[in-house]
Amino acid sequence: MRAEASLVAEADGAGGTRLAVLRGESPLLLRRTGPRGPGVTVHLVGGAAGPLRGDDLRLTIAVGERATLSVRSVAAQLALPGRPGAPPSRLVVTATVAAGGALLWAPEPLIAAAGCDHVAVTDVTVADGGTLVWRDDLVCGRHAEEPGDVRSGVTIRYAGRTLYRHELAVGPAAPGWSGPAVLGTARAIGSLIVAGPSPGPGPSPSPGSGSGASSGPDPADPGSGPGSARLGLLGGDAVVMPLAGPGVLASAVGPDIRQVRAALDPLTVLPVPVPV
Amino acid sequence: MSLATLLVLADGRLPAGGHAHSGGLEAAVSAGRVAGVADLEGFLRGRLSTSGLVAAAFAAAACAHPSRWSGLDDALDARTPSPALRKASRAQGRALLRAGRAMWPLPPIGREPHHPVALGVLASAAGLGPEAAAVAAAHGTVTGPASAAVRLLGLDPYAVHALIARLAPECDRLAAVAAARTDDPPDDLTAAGAPLLDLGAERHATWEVRLFAS
Repeated sequence: MRAEASLVAEADGAGGTRLAVLRGESPLLLRRTGPRGPGVTVHLVGGAAGPLRGDDLRLTIAVGERATLSVRSVAAQLALPGRPGAPPSRLVVTATVAAGGALLWAPEPLIAAAGCDHVAVTDVTVADGGTLVWRDDLVCGRHAEEPGDVRSGVTIRYAGRTLYRHELAVGPAAPGWSGPAVLGTARAIGSLIVAGPSPGPGPSPSPGSGSGASSGPDPADPGSGPGSARLGLLGGDAVVMPLAGPGVLASAVGPDIRQVRAALDPLTVLPVPVPV
Repeated sequence: MSLATLLVLADGRLPAGGHAHSGGLEAAVSAGRVAGVADLEGFLRGRLSTSGLVAAAFAAAACAHPSRWSGLDDALDARTPSPALRKASRAQGRALLRAGRAMWPLPPIGREPHHPVALGVLASAAGLGPEAAAVAAAHGTVTGPASAAVRLLGLDPYAVHALIARLAPECDRLAAVAAARTDDPPDDLTAAGAPLLDLGAERHATWEVRLFAS
């Protein structure tokens, strides 16, 4: 199955955002949801059946100057085996954010079912002065199930420079993925990139910081950004790390998605604009 | 290519500070993730196919194109979200250059590049090719934590070296892959990551008492 979906958000000229393009096809269907406000929320619907091996899915998102868009999904994506011999299923998400624009991407997790063979490619380009909050969660296998193969690749560019490049491979074709260097016994992983003029993670995280570990920011990092007070270890297996460029990565792993959500959900919000 | 020169570059006794780093092993041991040789094998396989693959790719590219060291260095920053790991990589790069300058004349390169970039430029200055640089990089990502495991856990050194020998063909394979892609733009080079290495490095950096710098 091939499908393309496209989403373009623009400033409406009255301090709000309008959707200039909202186009999808099964299984990538898009619906505007949520209350009217300064920003627009769109949900991916119908994402539950698949992707299956052989599927080729593309989603393109463009956020214009001074527009604010949140993209979520109503259900987890479940990567499934599909036709034997077909190429890997593939979801390519490409997003651009203009100066003064803001994009929050926070879909439900991708679940790697047994026997799947899935490739997820994310390519995000943010102009200087744009804001990005990008969350991706992966669950390796349904309940008590060994996962198939998933390879994800993420490239995030900010102001013309590559801010973050990351690939993760899980499943039988990935040597050592369940070993103590990569995921160990964890079967869920979440990552959250926050990039922009004030790249601190979102407000009031109050994570479960009862791990007893000293949780100060890395003394090696001056941490001058607005969110720097919250950099460092979160509770459990979660940490917020300042990137070399204007952004932070919050990363969490856990036996299932609950620990990941507890650590990352409070941070997965668009920063409140700073009055100029 | 001089095989003896490659041995000089990859020798664990090279005074480049490598013995001070455990490649994330100390944090993994403390977290209870590595206790014996079987765990160590899982750790090393995962590290080799993530950090090792990246180090091999960047050492090969820097060896093939020493003048592009700065762009490769930026690309490694983008692949290293953990500040503790960026710091450790740059400290090892600087130490390697200090040792390297005493051995071969080096082209211009920053004071504190990431270790794989320093290794590639040094390999080039020593007259080695990209594949040799990549082998040294991949092998180093295995031997560092392996020797740390012997010291931290008192593992049988024979069993640990048997493990290193079993991983040698995989080091060769990764190096060949890396050497075939040295002309790719930096964004296209591998970015294989290991979440627990990042987490462990950040946690480790907060310890007041530790045996290894990373």
